[in-house]
Amino acid sequence: MKKISFLLNGEKKEFEIDPNERLLGLLRRNGYKGTKYGCLEGACGTCTVIMDGKAVDSCMVFAFQAEGREITTIESLDKENEPHEIQKALIEEGAVQCGYCTPGIVLSAKAMFDENPTPDDETIKIQMDGNFCRCTGYEKIWSAMKKISAKHRGDKK
Amino acid sequence: MKSVEKMKVVNKSVKKIDALALSQGKHLFTGDLTPPNALYIKMLWSPHPHAKIKSIDLSDAEKMPGVKCVLYHGNVPRIPHCTAGQGYPEPSPYDTFMFDTKVRFVGDRVAAVAAETAEQAIDALDAIKVEYELLTPVFDYDEALKEGAPIIHDEKDAFVPIPIPFEPQKNIVAKVGMKVGDFEKGMNEADYTFEQTFETSYAQHCPMEGYISWAQLDPYGRIIITTSTQVPFHTRRIVARTLDIPVQKLRVIKPRIGGGFGCKQEMLLEDVVAMVTLRTKRPAFWALTRDEVFRSGRTRHPMRIKVQFGVKKNGDLSALGLDIINNTGAYGGHGLTVMSCAGSRVIPLYHVENINFDAKSIYTNLPVCGAYRGFGATQAYFAVESMLDVMAEKINMDPLEFRKRIHILTGESHPAFEALGEGKPGTPMNIGSCSLDECINKGANEIGWNKRTPHTAKSGRYRRGLGMSIHMQGSSVPEIDMGAASIKMNDDGSFNLLVGATDLGTGSDTVLAQIAAEELETTVDKFIVYSSDTDMTPFDVGAYASSTTYLSGEAVRKTAEKVKKQILKVGAELLHKKIEEVDVCDAHVVALDGSSKVSYQDIALYSLYENNQFQIAAIDSHITHKSPPPFAAHFVEIEVDTETGKIKVLKYVAAVDCGTAINPQLCEGQTEGALLNGISYALTEEYRFDANGRMTNPSFSSYNIFSMRDKPEIKSIIVPSYEETGPFGAKSVSEISINGAMPAIANALYNATGARIYKAPFTQERVWRAIQETKK
Repeated sequence: MKKISFLLNGEKKEFEIDPNERLLGLLRRNGYKGTKYGCLEGACGTCTVIMDGKAVDSCMVFAFQAEGREITTIESLDKENEPHEIQKALIEEGAVQCGYCTPGIVLSAKAMFDENPTPDDETIKIQMDGNFCRCTGYEKIWSAMKKISAKHRGDKK
Repeated sequence: MKSVEKMKVVNKSVKKIDALALSQGKHLFTGDLTPPNALYIKMLWSPHPHAKIKSIDLSDAEKMPGVKCVLYHGNVPRIPHCTAGQGYPEPSPYDTFMFDTKVRFVGDRVAAVAAETAEQAIDALDAIKVEYELLTPVFDYDEALKEGAPIIHDEKDAFVPIPIPFEPQKNIVAKVGMKVGDFEKGMNEADYTFEQTFETSYAQHCPMEGYISWAQLDPYGRIIITTSTQVPFHTRRIVARTLDIPVQKLRVIKPRIGGGFGCKQEMLLEDVVAMVTLRTKRPAFWALTRDEVFRSGRTRHPMRIKVQFGVKKNGDLSALGLDIINNTGAYGGHGLTVMSCAGSRVIPLYHVENINFDAKSIYTNLPVCGAYRGFGATQAYFAVESMLDVMAEKINMDPLEFRKRIHILTGESHPAFEALGEGKPGTPMNIGSCSLDECINKGANEIGWNKRTPHTAKSGRYRRGLGMSIHMQGSSVPEIDMGAASIKMNDDGSFNLLVGATDLGTGSDTVLAQIAAEELETTVDKFIVYSSDTDMTPFDVGAYASSTTYLSGEAVRKTAEKVKKQILKVGAELLHKKIEEVDVCDAHVVALDGSSKVSYQDIALYSLYENNQFQIAAIDSHITHKSPPPFAAHFVEIEVDTETGKIKVLKYVAAVDCGTAINPQLCEGQTEGALLNGISYALTEEYRFDANGRMTNPSFSSYNIFSMRDKPEIKSIIVPSYEETGPFGAKSVSEISINGAMPAIANALYNATGARIYKAPFTQERVWRAIQETKK
């Protein structure tokens, strides 16, 4: 066992890790179960977390690679009294069906909007392309993203 | 009955009651709830498509660190059963054993190991020594049916629990036939006759949450199974049979489910987790990897469909023949029902009196097929709706006008409803609601059908085409499926709504709460919905056959009606009125003369604590006597690269008549999810096999499902109708819209290029080849 530390949802945390373990396994083992297991091949995006500002598949990151990084999981958004605007938009648009992909979608979207509050259609498609959803046909996720972007554009003016 | 316009909760896009918690990643799924001390289970799967297990040596594996239990055919009960979660007794063969001395496909069970960690279990699998005697495998429709073909199910103890044709010595799982009128006469009377054969592929549902289950003992020695299932009550029954223990000893809990689409209408992991827990007295956990989901989970039946049509110059159909071979893979669950639905969910859509339907389900040494959204209709519509366009061209009629001429209408019946059931005769019925013409008109308008030109007018490398198709499905299985609900009132005027109906992500908990709230004149937020738990909730067959809204929804409405009567009685007592002088309104009982009212909270407190005390509560159940079809018209515009064969879907329109949309936004969600799955199935999704019957693309990176970037412009249009037998006029919506993409895109491909395609999915190579055919 090896010890690593990183910033998890704004707090410095220390974990004992197995050298072969993925970040996904480490997070779930320690109770951060909003990060879901989907494919373990970096394809479906249900295990998305934000690492140093970028959305990554935590199944494709070894736990030791998190050393010294800043990791954000879905649980970070729970600290506020209000749901995050991305969560609100997804719920409002009816984009949450089985909800298994939703935490990953929220975090991919958060990384996108944190970097660019007003992404255009093409940017949304590319940024959200790594998150599979088999329930919605993406239409309502798509419209939620577009509405947030439009709202930000309105706020800027 | 209130008119839809006057409804306060129904036909409103109420937000899904679990959406916030789901979006916050709360611990709601099977894998989030696993006890920390659970044993990990891993399965040794067969590497061979067809073999006898001559010997298994477990001695090394059992001594490996952390190993607590090894299961194989030598140490578990041998009880034939069916893994398909269907009504009892199932119209499927009991041809499966927890573990068998024979393996029948690459991915079949050989032995299970339970250990302290997953790594220890995997290491122990490597230490199991198995000696196989290889048998000749059968992969092909024709090979399977050939005289003297290897027999896949040669075990003596397999049987069918109800009398259906089961001929395992010929690799035949089931046969279904239907003859209506005189098919030959109809073909002879036709001005034109057509015959063509279509083929569809193996496909997987790909829910984001794969198969996952765990079990533990409660303090009284009962086995509690928490599992990602669409059928908790069927699972309890099947596990009890398989383990040879009483149903009473089992409790099956379904938490939130990460999608199913039919693949979880199955008992797939639960017998093993229960057995390990029974043996070790420890919690036991098993989740399939994505690779295992593909290889060993359930899949869509590939079909070969010969379709024959006779048509008159005026557009009347004079004969329809469907000759289907349905590959069920290595085990026969759903084999009969899926092919029956290829007829019963398709043929009644059309005015035709001379029908010949002949279908066989066969075993092969390939992955096991099961229920998949669309359930046979998807495959058959590809053939039938493609041929309608071929015929429309021949008789020089617009495909849209042709369909309007021949489709079934409100008030009409169809002989196929009565002739074709699920392992028994069907149920005669009249169509109570059909807005298909409106679906066709609205969809045509949205896609711009009037701008459509024939393929002969098109040239250049990139060519655009428009295609359409029409569809029906069912709503529940009549006279077989049953749903039930219970409602009790709490101190503050809130209610517990307990349903066996199984929300697998569709939003049925929300829909059922809306139905209860409408009946009880209150709001959805007053309902605490719990589904489903075999100890706590009343029975329900589960989430399949497009049944929850129509069947379980009516059970909920009836239950709410009973509760309402009790509330009225107490309210009247409190208001010193006669019961006929009061009614419910906005969570109050009100005097009809407007003189007084009393809140649900005061009624609850009074009935629980004050006078003439009793628990305001009710339970009721429902079975249906018909299966009213929802209807849909699908339209698509595509662009074809004639040099590479690549099809790009530009716009897809689905107009759906699902009766009253209890929750229009959720109905759109069902429609959009289904149609995109349909497009993905039509264009890319396909199992590829090596010469040994081993799937070669069992991953998301090689089995291509659509992502956000692949999504075309989508428009879903909900067209109302009113189905008298459904709760507040509702029919089903969940399955129908997966059926459109294959025929609509095939028809659009023809419209773009003049190329007709008969085999799905429409990969670039197949499309390119079809285009080359037109140049000959």
